[in-house]
Amino acid sequence: MMGYVTRRLLIAVPTLVGVAVVSFLLMRLIPGDPARVLAGPDATAADVELIRRQFGFDKPVLNQFLDYMGRLATGDLGRSARTGDSVLAEILARLPYTVMLAVLATLLAVLVGCTLGVIAAVRREGLADLVLSGLSVFGVSMPVYWVGLLLVILFSVNLGWLPAAGAESWQGYILPTVTLSFFTIGFISRQMRSAMVETMEMDFIRTVRAKGVARWAVVLRHAVRNAALPVVTVIGLQFGQLLGGAVITETIFAWPGIGRLLVESIGARDFTTVQGAILIFAVALILVNLLTDIVYAYIDPRIRYD
Amino acid sequence: MTALLDVKNLRTHFHTTSGVYRAVDGVDLTVHAGRTLCVVGESGSGKSVTALSVMGLIDAPGQVQPGSEIVFDGRDLLRLPERQLRSIRGRDITMIFQEPMTSLDPVYTVGYQIAEAVRAHNDVDRKGATERAIELMRLVGIPSPERRIHDYPHQMSGGMRQRVMIAAALSCDPKLLIADEPTTALDVTIQAQILELMKDLRDRLGTAILMITHDLGVVAEMADDVAVMYAGKVVETGSVTDVFNRPQHPYTEALLQSVPVLGMSKEHPLRVIQGMVPSPLNWPTGCRFAPRCTEAFDRCREELPPLFTVDDQRSACWLCETGARGSAGVEEIYR
Ligand SMILES: Nc1ncnc2c1ncn2[C@@H]1O[C@H](COP(=O)(O)OP(=O)(O)O)[C@@H](O)[C@H]1O
Ligand SMILES: [Mg+2]
Repeated sequence: MMGYVTRRLLIAVPTLVGVAVVSFLLMRLIPGDPARVLAGPDATAADVELIRRQFGFDKPVLNQFLDYMGRLATGDLGRSARTGDSVLAEILARLPYTVMLAVLATLLAVLVGCTLGVIAAVRREGLADLVLSGLSVFGVSMPVYWVGLLLVILFSVNLGWLPAAGAESWQGYILPTVTLSFFTIGFISRQMRSAMVETMEMDFIRTVRAKGVARWAVVLRHAVRNAALPVVTVIGLQFGQLLGGAVITETIFAWPGIGRLLVESIGARDFTTVQGAILIFAVALILVNLLTDIVYAYIDPRIRYD
Repeated sequence: MTALLDVKNLRTHFHTTSGVYRAVDGVDLTVHAGRTLCVVGESGSGKSVTALSVMGLIDAPGQVQPGSEIVFDGRDLLRLPERQLRSIRGRDITMIFQEPMTSLDPVYTVGYQIAEAVRAHNDVDRKGATERAIELMRLVGIPSPERRIHDYPHQMSGGMRQRVMIAAALSCDPKLLIADEPTTALDVTIQAQILELMKDLRDRLGTAILMITHDLGVVAEMADDVAVMYAGKVVETGSVTDVFNRPQHPYTEALLQSVPVLGMSKEHPLRVIQGMVPSPLNWPTGCRFAPRCTEAFDRCREELPPLFTVDDQRSACWLCETGARGSAGVEEIYR
């Protein structure tokens, strides 16, 4: 297992280099002069020129690129043009908020999504299945910002039960978590339903029933356990979606995470911070997929023993 | 002989969008305590559906039709509530299946899956159930069971998996073991071993067996009694000697003569049954075998023959209405 993990991490290195290259190039492609944005609307031409030289924006793009990659190789993500702080420090300060939000949303989505999927499969073609299928279509087709705004209007503005922004209290976590998990709940419940329906038709389920095992045990012990296998993979694969949703969710709820840092930095043409944040997202995605593969191997003995 | 299982006029239909499949459509058969009944018939004749109906494992869109009776140990299973049925299923009546490769749950050890059968019907803890599982694995001839209880199904061969299935099926000393083509998916040498094991266990434990097969060699090997199925009905029953020596139904006769090893001689060359098995969507009127029968006459095509008693046999052929029919049997039974 250790060998496998090491190999996967080594394969991740070229991927990360690719991400760094692409994010660097994308930032040079978007319109807007970073020095001018940084200097502010009232700055003189001389000020702008000073800033340009200070951050190396006056150098040819190729030189800037080589500089950046060179520093990256030593683990230095650079300094933010906007605040002058270390990008790494800024990211580390905000990382816990984003990780917490992503973990909570994933947990909620797995819990609710799997439960709904199992119920829909067990009550197949019944009323519950119909209602739940409708709900999950609703879940996957509602844009994140729309869900977020609706929740804010209902629970913050109209009912006044929950804060609309900030991460100061535990109540502040509720709306962003629900918003972010909405899509994933719909997604996972559909995957779980179809995996369950398929599993319930399998020969070994008939064997278990022939043993006289109670129906609930057939479903929970055997069907759910087997149906979970493909769903675990799917959870890893849609984690990218979740990160995209996190950017939007953090913006709506003024969440002090990396997603909002990313949006703010793009607005400020803060190249180094944007590139750093994208790199962190890429690392997260790679780690989560590695993790789901490990979990998969752990719960599927056919893979564990090969 | 006491009847352990008495199936009367069993009809199991599947209501689908393309019509009603009358897969099992009036099956009568009896398994006597401690004896082995082999149900033979071409594939699609309704053997598996009959077995699953007895187990109470028919799912929608399938439905056992009203008027059917499945009397086990004096009780009609079709009138029992699900709770009581479940306590019989897996304890008094157990079943093993054709596909040992897919019939075990891939994510649990074989030891767990045998112990699960033990725990479903006995008040034992995990340790007690595991000990019993080891004992059962030894009983069915799995070497070093203490080690192999930790194996997952994919680590075992088909023959070993079928032994695991048998071990689970024997966990509560069943009165009746239903085996649905248990050797069909296995290599020939392994087939022989599994049949040998089943015979040995039957003789030691006195379990009655309802064995489904389309292989007359297996019938010759295992059966005390035979029921021949055709198109959702039993067309002939009797002791294996009677049915093999003096088949009363033309279908049985044709079936015996279509097997090279059993029926071949100068007087009775190998024969092929012409035509195809009809569809359960649309059974022929009259005798369902009539369209393929070389001896059919007008009445056969109009009226469905009931099971006539001929000596110790029963045969659903109009030719048997007035007694035994002159027929060609198989003199030598390979046992
Ligand atoms: N789930 C089902 N839905 C519709 N028809 C079915 C179903 N299961 C079995 N049947 C019908 O029952 C017939 C008999 O099946 P089966 O008992 O498996 O035959 P055998 O075991 O003798 O080969 C099949 O030909 C099929 O038409
Ligand atoms: Mg079958």
